[in-house]
Amino acid sequence: MSFDPEAMAMLGARMAQGTPQAVALQFRLVSVDSTGAAMAVPWREELVGDPESGVMAGGVITTLLDHVCGLSVSCAVIAAGGSFMEYGMATLDLRIDYMRPAQPRREVIALARCYKLTRSIAFVRASAFEDDEANPVATAQAAFAFTGPRAVPEARAPADAA
Amino acid sequence: MNDARALPTREERLAAMLAAIPYMRFLGMTAELAGDEMTAILPFAPHLVGNVMIPALHGGVIGAFLEMTALCQLGVREPLRRLPKTIDVTIEYLRPGRAQTTYARADVRKVGRRIANVHVEAWQEHRASPVAALRGHFLLSLPDIEERAAP
Repeated sequence: MSFDPEAMAMLGARMAQGTPQAVALQFRLVSVDSTGAAMAVPWREELVGDPESGVMAGGVITTLLDHVCGLSVSCAVIAAGGSFMEYGMATLDLRIDYMRPAQPRREVIALARCYKLTRSIAFVRASAFEDDEANPVATAQAAFAFTGPRAVPEARAPADAA
Repeated sequence: MNDARALPTREERLAAMLAAIPYMRFLGMTAELAGDEMTAILPFAPHLVGNVMIPALHGGVIGAFLEMTALCQLGVREPLRRLPKTIDVTIEYLRPGRAQTTYARADVRKVGRRIANVHVEAWQEHRASPVAALRGHFLLSLPDIEERAAP
């Protein structure tokens, strides 16, 4: 399995800076590697969803999870030998379980792993937490479809179930 | 939320939620009532874009808009003591959300003693061509339940 740290770093920077919604939410890239990625969102008054408690809106966590899930798929595509520029993708579905409210005035980190990549579909799991992955605010399960002009080449895909 | 007795009408309950939640202002979301039917409205804004090439709304923004629509619909329908808490959501993405106004309507499928099941659908130009749908469970704080539980 090939691995291009430069392409990975470029992709991470693009995901944090090149998307208007990510910039508006002040997403910060935490890490990227061949199977996964992590990003963080800072707490801000204007992102509060429950004014009584000061808890950040679930929608902010949803957006962070969707974003980092997409990034983890791109990481997996690069690790499989593809160039992320060539593979458009779309979220098919995103399931999120909210375990508890995020702590007010704290950054939330989302960590996603693309655990299965096929020619047409990528499967991802993710969780969001303040500092302890074992104590999540929310967990997510997502499926992405490749929509670009070229599918992930069969020879390059690590598996082919779909 | 505020005391339900001080905010007896659906219109007032909706207006209070729209005014009180900072994240709804961040999205630029509004909502209109026709009787008990609420339509949530998300005007296009550049900061909502997730893919600048298409351009398309961020999938997370669409999911967030659907979730807020469900919460608002529950608040309009039930005199809740506090905002419902989201337990889980499943978001299905059907079409790209284009750079235009998005609408959503929620269908409250069941309100149990503590938990509500809500389906939401979002569309842009054509109601029959939805861009996304959400199914979710929400934890309620209904006043009658809390009063019943009180000694």
